[in-house]
Amino acid sequence: MAVTLTINGTKRQVEGDPAKPLLWVLREDLDMVGTKFGCGAGLCGACTVHVDGNAVRSCQTLLGDVNGGAITTIEAVGQGDVGKRISDAWVKLDVPQCGYCQAGQIMSATALLTETPKPSDEEIDAAMMGNLCRCSTYVRIRAAIKEAAGIAEAQA
Amino acid sequence: MSATLSRRAFISASLLAGGGLLFDLSVPLARADEGAPALLTAFIRILPDNRIIIGAKNAEMGQGQKTMLPMLIAEELDVDWAQVTIEQTHADQKIFGGQSAGGSRTTPREWIPMRQAGAAARAMLVAAAAQIWGVAPETLKTTGGKVTDPASGKAMAYSDLAAAAAKLPAPDPASLKLKDAADFHIIGQSIGGIDTPAIVAGKPLFGIDAKQPGMLYAVLETCPAFGGIYISANLDEVRAMPGIAHVLPIKGDGTPESSYDGVAILSKSWWTANQARDALKVEWDISAVSGFSTESYAAQAAQKHKGKADADVMRAGDVDAALAGAAKTVTADYSYPFIAHGTLEPQNCTALFKDGAIEIWAPTQNPENGRGLVAKALNLPPEKIRINFTRVGGGFGRRLMNDYMVQSALIAAQVPGIPVKLLYNRQNDIQHDFYRPGGWHAFRAGLDKSGKLIAFHDHCVTFGADGKPSRGAGLPPQEFPAGFVDNALLQQSFLATNMPTGWLRAPNSNAQGFVHQAFLDEVAQAAGKDLPTLMLELLRGGTDPAPGADGRPVFLPSRAIGVIEKAIAMGNWADRKSLPKGSGKGFGFYFSHAGYFAEVLEVEIVDGAPKVKTVWVAGDVGSHIINPINALHQCQGAVIEGLGQALAGQAITQVAGAVEQANYDTHPFLRINDTPHIIVEFVKTDYLPTGLGEPALPPVIPALANAIHAVTGKRIRSLPITPEMLA
Repeated sequence: MAVTLTINGTKRQVEGDPAKPLLWVLREDLDMVGTKFGCGAGLCGACTVHVDGNAVRSCQTLLGDVNGGAITTIEAVGQGDVGKRISDAWVKLDVPQCGYCQAGQIMSATALLTETPKPSDEEIDAAMMGNLCRCSTYVRIRAAIKEAAGIAEAQA
Repeated sequence: MSATLSRRAFISASLLAGGGLLFDLSVPLARADEGAPALLTAFIRILPDNRIIIGAKNAEMGQGQKTMLPMLIAEELDVDWAQVTIEQTHADQKIFGGQSAGGSRTTPREWIPMRQAGAAARAMLVAAAAQIWGVAPETLKTTGGKVTDPASGKAMAYSDLAAAAAKLPAPDPASLKLKDAADFHIIGQSIGGIDTPAIVAGKPLFGIDAKQPGMLYAVLETCPAFGGIYISANLDEVRAMPGIAHVLPIKGDGTPESSYDGVAILSKSWWTANQARDALKVEWDISAVSGFSTESYAAQAAQKHKGKADADVMRAGDVDAALAGAAKTVTADYSYPFIAHGTLEPQNCTALFKDGAIEIWAPTQNPENGRGLVAKALNLPPEKIRINFTRVGGGFGRRLMNDYMVQSALIAAQVPGIPVKLLYNRQNDIQHDFYRPGGWHAFRAGLDKSGKLIAFHDHCVTFGADGKPSRGAGLPPQEFPAGFVDNALLQQSFLATNMPTGWLRAPNSNAQGFVHQAFLDEVAQAAGKDLPTLMLELLRGGTDPAPGADGRPVFLPSRAIGVIEKAIAMGNWADRKSLPKGSGKGFGFYFSHAGYFAEVLEVEIVDGAPKVKTVWVAGDVGSHIINPINALHQCQGAVIEGLGQALAGQAITQVAGAVEQANYDTHPFLRINDTPHIIVEFVKTDYLPTGLGEPALPPVIPALANAIHAVTGKRIRSLPITPEMLA
């Protein structure tokens, strides 16, 4: 099946099994390996990308279901205004440890701030609790979202 | 190192394309922490534009060594950090010395040698300038990658001196004067992870991202019951499926460290290969291992506690007599389960076998161990194995083992000339781990009339064979309060299992810290005291021993007292009873991996469930915090990981020899919504800087258990904590 996708602003024709998850289309067919495989079951969020602006788990999103969709991945999220603020905050606060989950964290955080420019702590938790960080960088993920949103961080 | 080996032999200067000079400095230095001198090489390359390339020799898995080790070199080389570019080296202990990254050992091992490497290069550059200017080297200074002569005002960049320096003999490391701490300009500065911008940009860095031309992906089906033996499979049926390139039975040596038997499915697409697993039907012989189950372990442990222990770990005085004469006795049973590592990057490895040699791209913490195993499995000389490091998507001790490396090599050897990337799916990863072993402790303690601890007994039943604990199941003979109480007895008994066990962040300590500090909280309460008071009384009765002859870290009571006093001040321990109803504080201390950590934790019970609000962490890891921002991150991560072991619901259980859990829903880790405030401070003492990957973890679990008791009166004596325990 031939599927047309707009990936990071560029139109691409992808020939493939419609049942193949978008994650593996990105990693194997399009050689975009920034999006990570973690659990294959929508439990860890490492594979998060944006489809038409919504954060989705690409391991659970089938190629056949995103025909005509606009997809943004970690490789280009920093080119948007919110994505750039998030990415800059991630570097400034040195959020990553091993770094493996961070593509997914950044995609979820960017979707959050796009929808909710000044999220409350509860809104941050709700938007980010689907993204597992095995190194537990959560303190800095929270702080970096606030930094990007221009929210002063309360002292502990 | 051979005594006749010339120091010159390791230094070379060569012309780069374009006329610049590449200065490879490989300085042979004696190892600071080992008797025998070994070759230590620090690649320092000075480029024509005076940029400095420094090789990082250990795997980076988020612990920060790829940034920190070059910081040590750059400090003594006296260059500006902005001039430095870091490159990951490959794995070769003959060139680079020890490259294992685990046990929080890198920092103490490298603190002196890395600085000596930088100082040696600096000394050679200074000597070269002195020759050119005809002055004494002692009169010259360095700064920002330049040698300067204060008398004449002359200055030369390192890049302009490199050719002359390369012709000079490398200095004896013992003759080098390292910088005074007051002159440090890089050590002690917070420097972000060197790869952080690349991670944020989604660049390929990890093992799973490794790519070679013509590469095939592989999945490997092994027996769910550890140690099952391959009998047969519908190989031809799977071979006929679309997109499948090869289906290969893999004969392992039957050990978890190398490989069990398996069937590999290869395809140009990992997804295709993984899908084909559903059609693969393998017959395994599990008769030797099907009897192992979680249920039987608990029953066996209870039996062991009734009998005589298999082994004495430590014995002082006469515990039975002291308990018989005690004014008060305290007894309690504690336990904890097997748990898995669950690194977010599943186990993987890429290998290319060609012309009787193999090249490997591995996210490994411990490459030389892997080299030995691959050499044996493929019957190859070790020098025919090249191992390249990739970034490691989480280690936590899982990748001290190299089973995935052996497996990828066994598969690649069957398809010579074709690179193969083996990648586990999450179920494989959870079900084929080297687990933190479970354990069951029976404690007895005796107090005299004054409330003084006079007897302490721990009988720890865990896993092992031949009277010895398996990996990660040890009970150290110096386990506190042994050595601080007149009558002490530490014992272990061992159960057989087919579960591979291994090292998980703060191995041994993550379990021992919980049971010992939680039981001592019970003892303290029976004595009418709080735990820090009991600890301080015991510790003040001891004296700092002399360093041990075997080089192992020695427990110094003075350092323990320092962090306990710090933590109870930070956590406002004295006012803990003024908290509102439903909230309380607990305390935990632990000494592990040469680090001293005391922690105070505040918990609130919300709707019957513990909610951790704040953790105050006081740590002593010696004289310097080399990279403060990374030190803080290591402590935050360790604290949250420990809380996850207690609160997230982690327990690996086994039926008929196989693990029941398969993903992050059944073996969960803590999420952002359960993350407390964490406040970290370091007590600096005049000792060797030691590592921070692990020692902040153990105290947080007993601190939580003890805080829950303070609020609810319920004792947490087993993990994970469930709502029923608080009801």
